[in-house]
Amino acid sequence: MSKTSRTIVTMPTAAKKGEVLEIRIIVQHDMESGFRHTETGQRVPRDIIRDFLCTYNGVEVFRVELHPAMGANPLIVFTTTATESGTLEFKWSGDNGYASSTTSTLAVT
Amino acid sequence: MGAAVASVLPVLDAWATVDDATQAVEKILGNQKATVGRVTLDIPPLVENGNLVTMKVSIQSPMTEADYVRAIHIVAEGNPLPNVVSFFLSPRAGRAAITTRIRLGDSQRVRAIAQMSDGSFWQGDAATLVTLAACTEV
Repeated sequence: MSKTSRTIVTMPTAAKKGEVLEIRIIVQHDMESGFRHTETGQRVPRDIIRDFLCTYNGVEVFRVELHPAMGANPLIVFTTTATESGTLEFKWSGDNGYASSTTSTLAVT
Repeated sequence: MGAAVASVLPVLDAWATVDDATQAVEKILGNQKATVGRVTLDIPPLVENGNLVTMKVSIQSPMTEADYVRAIHIVAEGNPLPNVVSFFLSPRAGRAAITTRIRLGDSQRVRAIAQMSDGSFWQGDAATLVTLAACTEV
């Protein structure tokens, strides 16, 4: 698995104050569980994303702890309330120094 | 080094049992009890491929500063490791409903445990039949 991977965030760019937004995030990652073996019987070492964090203008609004039972290319659909215009930052981190992040801007009226 | 590896492997090889799941749940609960209710866990009753199972968990909660869902834990009884995923929410979530995709190693009962802002625990579960289990392919 490459250290850099594609991240996709689907969310509205504009919202009314107080509106509940649905955010869909997908990150490209094999999520190697550590329970699979190669043809020669060697165990494939675990390599997964362990943490996901969503911050809204620097304030943590949603956090996830992932375990090997999460499917490959983890998809998470969650919600947050539009409070003010600003930036949402999405951060993933995991085994073997994996880290990636992306941001989305939101205009709140 | 060799001895260390040998001592680690059997633990990893062991399939989780319902007891392991119970232990995982006890670790989440501490010394508290979880009440059945308020938690809805949606998993297809028949799963063709355990490698990617869409799961939706939702909790009845007003999601206000005074009363919100603090955390949701998913525990699978038939997986090699009982813990699947944990979500940590704040009142700013607006709704306590999350969709994700998980792996299921066998036909089993999956449990969802929610901790509310007042510290109380609520749980719900869903039974599912898995035709092709995850972790089986070479």
